[in-house]
Amino acid sequence: MTATAPAAAGACDACLRRSLLVAVVAGGIEVARRQRRPLRDVLALDEDDLLAAVGGRKADELRERLDRSSLVELRRAVELAELDAVCRHDPGYPSQLLDDRSAPAVLYVRAVGGAARDRLEAAVGAAHREPPPAVAIVGTRKASDDGLAVARALARGLGAAGITVVSGMALGVDSAAHEGALDAGGTTVAVLAGGADVPYPRSKQRLWGRIATTGLVVSEMPPGRRPFPWNFLARNRVIAGLAAATIVVEAAERSGSLVTAELAVELGRDVGAVPGSVLDWRSRGTNALLRDGASVVRDARDALDLVLGVDGAMVALERATGAATRPPADLEPRLAWLLRALDDGRDTVTAIAADPAQAGDVRAGLMELELLGLVERVAGGRVRRVSPVLGEVAVRAEARA
Amino acid sequence: MLAHVTTFAIHGVESRPVTVEVDLRPGLPSFTIVGLADRAVREARERVRSAILNSGFAFPPKRITVNLAPAHLRKEGPGFDLAIACGVLAAAGQLPAERLERLAVYGELALGGRLRPCRGVLAVAEGAAAAGFEGIVLPVVHAKEAALVEDLGILGAVDLAEVAAVLRGESDGSAASASTPASDDPGGGVRAPDLADIRGHGGPLRALEVAAAGGHNLLLCGPPGTGKTMLAQRLPSILPPLTRAEAIEVTRIQSVAGLRVGGGLAEARPFRAPHHTISAPGLVGGGTPPQPGEATLAHQGVLFLDELAEFGRAALEALRQPLEDGRVAIVRGQRTAVYPTRFMLVASTNPCPCGYAGSDRCRCGEADVARYRRRLSGPLLDRLDLLVDVQRPTAHDFAAEPVARSARVREAVIAARLRQAARLDGTGASCNAQLGSAQLRRHVRLDGAGAEVLRRAYDRGALSPRGHDRVVRVARTIADLDGSDVVRAGHLLEALGLRQDVLAGASQEAA
Repeated sequence: MTATAPAAAGACDACLRRSLLVAVVAGGIEVARRQRRPLRDVLALDEDDLLAAVGGRKADELRERLDRSSLVELRRAVELAELDAVCRHDPGYPSQLLDDRSAPAVLYVRAVGGAARDRLEAAVGAAHREPPPAVAIVGTRKASDDGLAVARALARGLGAAGITVVSGMALGVDSAAHEGALDAGGTTVAVLAGGADVPYPRSKQRLWGRIATTGLVVSEMPPGRRPFPWNFLARNRVIAGLAAATIVVEAAERSGSLVTAELAVELGRDVGAVPGSVLDWRSRGTNALLRDGASVVRDARDALDLVLGVDGAMVALERATGAATRPPADLEPRLAWLLRALDDGRDTVTAIAADPAQAGDVRAGLMELELLGLVERVAGGRVRRVSPVLGEVAVRAEARA
Repeated sequence: MLAHVTTFAIHGVESRPVTVEVDLRPGLPSFTIVGLADRAVREARERVRSAILNSGFAFPPKRITVNLAPAHLRKEGPGFDLAIACGVLAAAGQLPAERLERLAVYGELALGGRLRPCRGVLAVAEGAAAAGFEGIVLPVVHAKEAALVEDLGILGAVDLAEVAAVLRGESDGSAASASTPASDDPGGGVRAPDLADIRGHGGPLRALEVAAAGGHNLLLCGPPGTGKTMLAQRLPSILPPLTRAEAIEVTRIQSVAGLRVGGGLAEARPFRAPHHTISAPGLVGGGTPPQPGEATLAHQGVLFLDELAEFGRAALEALRQPLEDGRVAIVRGQRTAVYPTRFMLVASTNPCPCGYAGSDRCRCGEADVARYRRRLSGPLLDRLDLLVDVQRPTAHDFAAEPVARSARVREAVIAARLRQAARLDGTGASCNAQLGSAQLRRHVRLDGAGAEVLRRAYDRGALSPRGHDRVVRVARTIADLDGSDVVRAGHLLEALGLRQDVLAGASQEAA
């Protein structure tokens, strides 16, 4: 608590007022979005123009509301919500956002356990500093099991290699990416559309708590705000802006993830995509990105190549494999045998033990592997290897073939 | 002239004595029934009149008043016909009244005088024995069922004329063994479902064995058409055979519900699979007059709820108390009927709305799946100790030999149940599934490695506090199947592999 008070005061009045302005005219911006006005252009307007553009006849009324709202109260709300406010003029503001005129004036940061500024700097850098490499992993909310596994594996690899994983905490790919990074002990940043103190979607409350504890939850909206639809598009520019590269795992043809990829291109960042079947509707968007020149990302190694270059990737790779969950060499033979059975594609208890008399032992063995962190249970009673951090996707593809 | 005949009214799954008083007075001919009789009883007048006339007796052209006592008890159904007819004949002097004092009478009449089968004969016979009658006159199809009651003379009759002969002492009625159709085992002659009918499904079969051994409620999760129902139907075949006391309970319930006509003791454990559109009263009992629900019909057997998520919320919530208490009390106005409901619950569900989670065919998003799982009532899921995923059998499985036979599995189950019975003697619990938290701590010993496994699973977040007890219960059963007094690591690991937190996780997180 004591750490947050001076920090919140760190955001300057002008920036806080700007952030309040965006919140006050949020409804108007939503109208503008429906009229297909380019969102980044709208958000880049200064106060008078923005009020005139989206306020219309109610511009004066909105200005009055803005004048009435008190910055002291906002500061108190930030403190109460256990957030930190970092504004554009703050040395802690990530430098890579500064070249975007539409970037948020204030980032509200939730970091449980304090030291929000240090953590923010470690994760995505600060002003006057070359930003540390970060990768955004985004994709559809309706991901397939494979898509989720790929997202998790990518994030796990990146996390283990010390790369920050940025995403939007949405259902599906986004959440899987956060989880993967957390599992590998890496840093992850969730950019929310609404207030950083409001877990959205609500079913991800637990994940929200985990991210805020070891990573960061960030938003440009003042505390307590529920998101408008445009907020989701707007936070995509923050995701794309914070990361050196954006990787789309699965996306349908008209997906928000593609918007993020477009924004990344506009901001001069790299874009990667995970290829998928040309028949799968969830791969239409990613395959289209590849056709348009995005980098092919098959596994965490490809992602590392993308952000660090080949040499840097080698260094990070060694670091990551050191932390990887390799099957221990002294694994009991029966457990090693089970792992081999999984690699052969026999991934259910019944497939491994046709005889119910052995099913009990097999189930117990798989559970033991699960407790060792070598396998995980997925939908439909299947068991999947959690193989070494890198190259997981390739291993699975081989197993399937 | 006055005559008394004793018969019985069904109340819950028991019977209450009802005295039928028939009074004949000179006057304009009339026939009145008083004493809280329902429509079916009042209609008895027409059946009784025709049956008497068609059996060669004269119907007294008098003012007839029939009183059913005690008057405060509501009487339902056609079971009073025979008693009323006997009363009328006795009051008219066409039958000797003395024997009627010592015999109970129960049965429905057809217009021609034949005795029709009716419900609840076993309960009635038990009531007659308890009330000190030396015998009971009833339709001959029920003779075998009534004969389950000791120290009671069974006088089966085909029609009213034969009843008259019995009462005059001219006949002992048709013997209990005579003309009993061989409808003892349901579907007589057809082989009961056996595990040998199943191909593949090694994992689920093992889970079924564990469930049967410990009396654990079971959740089968898998795509449509993979054999969940087939597995559930075969659960009774590996449960221990009914004891005589249990068999009598089952027979009594089935008789009251009108599910069995003729035949003696029920031999098979019941298997009930109500459709998911069933109402709460249909599931746990209810209505006026109160009727046993599916939960009671599954007493001592298996209640199978296919597509658990499709059942109405009210119905599933109503099931909680019967699951917990082993009985359900239906209160209707002036009376309370108590029905036993000690059954094993087997539920099945699709893993996601489309049913194909885990395969490429699945189109459900995380939100769809979470919504679907929220429909499963949390407290009900708490009572399901085991979750087993059922996959589509492969073509190879179909070509292979069956992997299990009911008889063999049943032996293992019986052995495990005996171990439990010995250990739980005097605790009120009869199998591991009934162990509460305190009893678990007292009766389940984990060895060092077992405790370590449990601790690791808990630390990894693989186990919720509520899931903890469930896993220990199941591990105890697996150890029993293994013939071990101590619960070892292997037992706990298998139990953890069968835990159902995976499914409950989504709903708990959202709650």
